[in-house]
Amino acid sequence: MKDETAAEQATDRAELINAVGLHARPSVKLTQLAKTFDCRVEIALSADGPWVDAKSPVKVMRVKAPRGAVLHVRASGKSARAAAAALMGLVRDGFGEAMDQPADQSHG
Amino acid sequence: MADGVVTVLGAVKRPRREAGTPAQEALALKDALAQALAEIETLVGCTAGDASDMLAFQAAMLSDDELARPAFESVSAGESASAAWEVAIADEISGYRAGEDAYFSARATDLEDIRDRVLGHLTPAADGELIPGGSVLVATDLPLSRFLGIDWAQGGAIVLTEGSPTSHVAMLARARRVPMVVGLGAAAGSMAGREALVDAASGEVVLDPTDDTRTAFAARAGRAEVDAAAAAVFRRRPAATKDGTAISVNLNAASAEELQGIDPAICDGIGLVRTELMFYGPGGPPDEDAQYEAYRRILVWAQGRPVTIRTLDAGGDKPIEGVTMSGESNPFLGVRGIRLSLRHPALFQTQLRALARAAAHADLRIMLPMVTVPAELEAARTLLDEAMTSLAGDRIPAVRPKLGIMIEVPAAAIAVDQFDADFFSIGSNDLTQYVTAAGRDIGAVADLADPLNPAVMRLIASVAQHGRDSGRGVSLCGDAGGEPRVIGALLHAGLRSLSVAPQSVAAAKQAIAGVDLRGATS
Repeated sequence: MKDETAAEQATDRAELINAVGLHARPSVKLTQLAKTFDCRVEIALSADGPWVDAKSPVKVMRVKAPRGAVLHVRASGKSARAAAAALMGLVRDGFGEAMDQPADQSHG
Repeated sequence: MADGVVTVLGAVKRPRREAGTPAQEALALKDALAQALAEIETLVGCTAGDASDMLAFQAAMLSDDELARPAFESVSAGESASAAWEVAIADEISGYRAGEDAYFSARATDLEDIRDRVLGHLTPAADGELIPGGSVLVATDLPLSRFLGIDWAQGGAIVLTEGSPTSHVAMLARARRVPMVVGLGAAAGSMAGREALVDAASGEVVLDPTDDTRTAFAARAGRAEVDAAAAAVFRRRPAATKDGTAISVNLNAASAEELQGIDPAICDGIGLVRTELMFYGPGGPPDEDAQYEAYRRILVWAQGRPVTIRTLDAGGDKPIEGVTMSGESNPFLGVRGIRLSLRHPALFQTQLRALARAAAHADLRIMLPMVTVPAELEAARTLLDEAMTSLAGDRIPAVRPKLGIMIEVPAAAIAVDQFDADFFSIGSNDLTQYVTAAGRDIGAVADLADPLNPAVMRLIASVAQHGRDSGRGVSLCGDAGGEPRVIGALLHAGLRSLSVAPQSVAAAKQAIAGVDLRGATS
């Protein structure tokens, strides 16, 4: 018997705004965050793929996503929406790194 | 800058390893990977900041089965563990070097470091070059683990004929203030054993210097040292002015992820958590559990230090699909901040419940953005009352947080005494743009949007005065708090608490230390 409702799906995308794109430190943060979710999470530089496992730092580094690239995420399984939102939240937040400050990164 | 004798780090020759059976080789490779990972994890434990991040990257790569997967495939086809590993890593490295992106090319050095560390366990006889402390180390490139194996406390410098200013070693060298020159291009071999002066700031390397050159270098080195040491020293110290007045320095943050790698000891707490970023995304706003978890993780990071969390501050320059109004002719004067939250009571209630639940763990305070009139604070208070009642009814542990407001609308700044808030936090960016009528997103009027404008400073001083008179805390969490040129004026206006971006902490504390409040009226 198959449980069709269990296959929660989500996609999202966000521009890499941090200074140097998806390099070492952001890749570690991204994969660590992805691993906190049970669902399958993948990233790509295009909506058509190729998709790579967002939980593998080796594969994420191979993407060599530069600053300004739009990163796509797709997730499927338990909490897929939360996973996609969390990963893109991290990207939109510039991975918490220092960056050229756009207006909405200030705060008061 | 450094003065020392050149030691040339040569390529290490490794004895070849005889291949055993595929099963033996697979086991040897597995063991070598595990030992390399264990070593790096030990190093992570005894480093901090950048060094720790860089080693964490190596650890993450080594723990990923994907890294050695091609090597294990070759091993099962009869290749020796060391040869299989070298080929697999060489492929990975060439991928990094392929693009023109300097950052990714620089990471190739980290992979070489991983490669050598694993090879060291496969062919244990290979190690052995000792670098005397205080040496000017000359090499084509320097792996991170070699850097960490040298005692830089005795001085010395690094000169790389290749290398990259963005490599992990370069970042570490900057952090440890080891002078480093990269891309020198000279033949390394001819420099061995000669005295060299290295000035990292100018990129100069002088071989066999005369006494005059040496003296000139020493004078320059003295001045540079004083400047560089000055800023770094302040980061970990509690902030205080020249006359000894303690100043609370807090961080602005958006998530627990952003705080990873930052030592909470550098701050007195979190003065502003921007919650907007969580609300982006096609899945819509996060549910109560997701928010609770996000807030709780920030509290865990803070280790008991107070954490002030701002409720959703969308609108203005921060639209959220399906929540904020679209097509407002002037969004900065439209439905934003608390105005928006009060129009979406269900959304607001979810956030208030999540905040009250998180407050059961530690000192969490709620801050409302864009409050203009006291009725908005009271409406929010009523919603918080309802949240507490419903949580109690659901038997969910919660603690009622303190409820404060941001002072960023001039109406609130001028009539601050009308607001029965537990604390006030001045949002200097918006306060400045509203007082000077100069949009912060409009470059042509940027010089008018100056927090040092006397009108802005008088408002800040009067809010600080009200805070002292009424016994309520006043802080400031705009960009001005991290700007050395503004900090003196803010402290003279009576502020004793600032909240700044993590990267501004050292400079802010240094600026604070230069302020003398003796003779100040406040």
